[in-house]
Amino acid sequence: MKCYTPVIYKGLSPCKPNAIKSAVLQSEQVQYVIKQLAKEMGESPDIIQEEAMEILDEMGHSMQLGAVRFFAFTLSKIFKQLFQRVCVNEEGMQRLQHAIQEHPVVLLPSHRSYVDFLMLSYLLYTYDLALPVIAAGIDFLGMKIVGELLRRAGAFFMRRSFGGNRLYWAVFAEYVKTMLRSGYAPIEFFLEGTRSRTAKTLTPKFGLLSIVMEPFFKREVFDTYLVPISISYERILEESLYAYELLGVPKPKESTSGLLKARRILSDNFGTIHIYVGQPVSLRTLASGRISRCPYNLVPRHLPQKPSEDIQEFVTDVAYKMELLQIENMVLSPWVLVAAVLLQNLPAMDFELLIEKTQWLKGLTQTFGGFVEWPDNLCAKKAVISGLTLHSNIARLVNGHVVLNDKGVEDGAVGEIVFKRALAILMCATYRNQLLNVFVRPSLVAVALQMTSSFRKEEVYSCFSFLRDVFSDEFIFFPGISLKDFEEGCFLLAKCDAIQTSQQEIYPTDKGSGIVSFLSAMFRPFVEGYQLIFRYLSKETKEAFTEKQFIPGVRNFVFQLLEKGNTQCYEALSSDMQKNALAALVQLGAAKKKKMSSGFTYNVNQEAVNKILDMFDARIPVQKPVAARL
Amino acid sequence: MKKQELLKWNGWGYNDSKFIFNKKGQAEFTGKRYRLGGMVLPTFKEWIEKTFGASLEHKTTSRASLNVNDVPPSIVNEEFLQDLKATKISYSQDAEDRVFRAHGHCLHEIFVLREGMFKRIPDLVVWPVCHEDVVKIVELACKHNLCIIPFGGGTSVSSALECPEEEKRTIVSLDTSQMNRILWIDEKNLTACVEAGIVGQDLEKQLAESGFCTGHEPDSMEFSSLGGWVATRASGMKKNIYGNIEDLVIHIKMVTPRGIVEKNCQVPRMSTGPDIHHFIMGSEGTLGVVTEVTIKIRPVPEYQKYGSVVFPNFERGVACLREVAKQRCAPASIRLVDNAQFQFGHALKPQVASIFTSFLDGLKKFYITKFKGFDPNVLCVATLLFEGDREKVLQHEKQVYDIATKFGGLAAGEDNGQRGYMLTFVIAYLRDLGLDYYVIGESFETSVPWDRVLDLCRNVKERIVRECKEKGVQFAPLSTCRVTQTYDAGACVYFYFAFNYRGISDPIHVYEQIERAAREEILANGGSLSHHHGVGKLRKRWMKESISDVGLGMLRSVKEYVDPNNIFGNKNLL
Repeated sequence: MKCYTPVIYKGLSPCKPNAIKSAVLQSEQVQYVIKQLAKEMGESPDIIQEEAMEILDEMGHSMQLGAVRFFAFTLSKIFKQLFQRVCVNEEGMQRLQHAIQEHPVVLLPSHRSYVDFLMLSYLLYTYDLALPVIAAGIDFLGMKIVGELLRRAGAFFMRRSFGGNRLYWAVFAEYVKTMLRSGYAPIEFFLEGTRSRTAKTLTPKFGLLSIVMEPFFKREVFDTYLVPISISYERILEESLYAYELLGVPKPKESTSGLLKARRILSDNFGTIHIYVGQPVSLRTLASGRISRCPYNLVPRHLPQKPSEDIQEFVTDVAYKMELLQIENMVLSPWVLVAAVLLQNLPAMDFELLIEKTQWLKGLTQTFGGFVEWPDNLCAKKAVISGLTLHSNIARLVNGHVVLNDKGVEDGAVGEIVFKRALAILMCATYRNQLLNVFVRPSLVAVALQMTSSFRKEEVYSCFSFLRDVFSDEFIFFPGISLKDFEEGCFLLAKCDAIQTSQQEIYPTDKGSGIVSFLSAMFRPFVEGYQLIFRYLSKETKEAFTEKQFIPGVRNFVFQLLEKGNTQCYEALSSDMQKNALAALVQLGAAKKKKMSSGFTYNVNQEAVNKILDMFDARIPVQKPVAARL
Repeated sequence: MKKQELLKWNGWGYNDSKFIFNKKGQAEFTGKRYRLGGMVLPTFKEWIEKTFGASLEHKTTSRASLNVNDVPPSIVNEEFLQDLKATKISYSQDAEDRVFRAHGHCLHEIFVLREGMFKRIPDLVVWPVCHEDVVKIVELACKHNLCIIPFGGGTSVSSALECPEEEKRTIVSLDTSQMNRILWIDEKNLTACVEAGIVGQDLEKQLAESGFCTGHEPDSMEFSSLGGWVATRASGMKKNIYGNIEDLVIHIKMVTPRGIVEKNCQVPRMSTGPDIHHFIMGSEGTLGVVTEVTIKIRPVPEYQKYGSVVFPNFERGVACLREVAKQRCAPASIRLVDNAQFQFGHALKPQVASIFTSFLDGLKKFYITKFKGFDPNVLCVATLLFEGDREKVLQHEKQVYDIATKFGGLAAGEDNGQRGYMLTFVIAYLRDLGLDYYVIGESFETSVPWDRVLDLCRNVKERIVRECKEKGVQFAPLSTCRVTQTYDAGACVYFYFAFNYRGISDPIHVYEQIERAAREEILANGGSLSHHHGVGKLRKRWMKESISDVGLGMLRSVKEYVDPNNIFGNKNLL
């Protein structure tokens, strides 16, 4: 048996999971809320305390070394079956080891698969580091045995939404903070909140992040380390599940029998996993000079306090910064490049050309700061072939051409064909998507250049800025630095000789027109997809609707257009894009989101949507105050 | 006798009292003024070497005496001098006299004395002997547009006494030391009217002759003056019985450029708008000169008893002090020192005279560490001082020890307690020794609500360690604290901080950066800018944050009314 003696936080006073629970229950914070609620509801505090206890029991982990060993043992077997290799940056693990001893640590991995947290815990165990406690969705508890096993391996469970439930919020927040303050274990959660079905980083959620930052704001700890971790899969375990889900075939509920059925994939090969443990970021350093200390000094620290505006802004900034770090460190496999090229050359592409283009894209990606895993000695042909082999379910080589694997397209109804094709394209897009956040700044400049068909910097910038706003839920932009993003995009384009810039003008070079058109083609599915969705919203929705009504409606709308051959934008079928587009309208003020008892309803302002559509068509110049510096 | 003949010109305290290393290389404290005087401290050298990485071989030496040629010349208007002579008030333009009154006891000030020279010092020193003399001096200053900086005991640690470099007018240092009489004692009302220049220990000595005391004992009481206490809002060690200066003062007379400010009666309390005493207390010499103070007195207590308690860790110790404060049964003084300071105190233990005491010490140590399982590198100690009727003291003592027991405390004897308090008086001498061996240090303080005491102590100490590392300090610093006063709503925390500066080209600058970072940390942890040291010029930059814009404006408008021409131009506070 492995001798597991992890390094731990220097200030740790060891305690059992149950001791944490009772500390939480007795804490001033929770007791305060219990008393408040008792007073308001005229209930006895004991009853509410009981309720809090139940919440804790539902939520709390009960980490046991035995369960951890069991997991480690079985996982090592399963992982060996599934994956060829797991690559980790060693120096990152060493940095993490130091960080864990020094200050409380928060692990922030990217979330693409259920494998993420299992793999991470397994890794820490293997490296003799303190095992994290992991915030998991409550749905896992629905799985018999497995839920309890996860609990013993350090998972704690949070309900999907509990904004309105003060007791739940208080208990949950205090539970997390107690573990953090005492340095009990690294705390792990996913900024993205859920697995990204598209392999594109989701915009961050702020609730848990603000909870783990609070002990520092209140100076209950000297500092807290935030560690961005990028986990990338050469082939994602759930790839086809995700594609079905995006197309509206419901996600199977987490169940143990489902898991057993999933055994089938054990015989499959899922390639390599890359884990990059980023540099631990000191919250103290991030906060220095940004946070006014007054608000926390004038109220007792155990009172629940709504964070001030500058705190909220700070939390938002940190969340985005961490996600950008995840993106920066995310390892990209050659197949990601292949997928990006292939999607621009459907239905079939000459094999040699694909190789050539992939090789070319590798250079471009590296110029843009992408972290491509491509061994020096590996020739492009081998890289492409190995990608095709691993992803034979998506594409294959037929007569010197690479074609998308949309089996059954020849026979069957039109609807069936569209669905199959959409499935293949969405699966393929999952890999291309991994590039998008690396490419988004220069690409939106390229799109803007094409949309405005003007070389005036002002106009290009205002169009860029418009696109950036429209796609603010689709891609990850650090809040409020539109101009800086624009400049970075221009800089990267200039770096690869695609454009030349002067004081007032930007124009593509002769050599660069290829790059510019490639980049804008890369983002065309989004530009076109959003237009389709907006068109649906401007025409087809008159009254208030819910998301549950919106998704099938717009899917039908796009489906029919595809069937008729009026569009080729299969990606507009993705519910992810549809939701993002709707959210963008809300952000742009063209739709209103209202909270009802049954959930959110939306009201669309047709006129405003049409205006946005016009902007896409460049029918009216984008009206925006232009930054003086341009 | 001139002050500088009795006191060091370039360090703390009396000329005859200092730490030295004797011929055997053992530390020794010279002189006969303190209980530690003439004693050998066998473990001290090792402690210094271990704590600071300092070595006796690497020594810096201060200039032996003041170089009169370096001293900025005294520039005084002849007409004023004529007027001053006519008043018969004694004065001096002597360089030594002026330099002696150009500084307090901040580290950078002492460093300048040892190795450099101040850019600006007073041009003239005057010694008024009574209130009327002060009135005359202030009138003359207004007439000739001079700058007056009042000087009491010179123990400031806030750069309050430093002359503003850009001051072009003649700077007059108004030394209150000759106004040192007790004017009257009122036994019926238990008050005494005293001239403001009297030094703490003289005041207590003279009152004791009539069987009274004020009970106000700041750590600087050997040298600091009554007027200085008022001007800085001083706090005394035994405030739990006697109160801080604001609780002790019944009446203040102050001479300002606008005239004399005082109340019409000497009453325990009055409701006549905001208390004007509170404009004066803490004004740090920016409004005028305090000349006479009526202060509360008490009969000298019949019985005094020291005590000490060992706690397994600092957390338990703080919890105990909090409980004592909650039950409002704090003895005259109760202080909790952290482990580093406990070890420090241990290093200052003199050689024991008999085998028996050393055996007892060993036994005590064995009991605490082995039998009770206290970790000598974690435990901490509270020192206690009880005062009052013998019977009540014993009763009180039992109550406090009972509480301590609940928090895992063990009584650790009178001797440890007494030594703890003695140390606060000799500790100031230690900095001078450190300076000889490349070790610089300083103390600073704050007040903080109870629930934040632990976090503040931990974070500030950690911040100091980190800042030192970042600034290239080679050896980990001494960063230690004690909870030194308890109140209903919070506590006063006192930090010592020192490091070995070998290998650093500009130690004072580095030191100041670290001190500033420590203060930022205190404020971020909900601590105050100062509990009793005051603001001076050292902490001015945080005043706005501390009392808000409007608050600062209120103080400014008072200054503008009282002293429109900025005669009291030491630039403190605002």
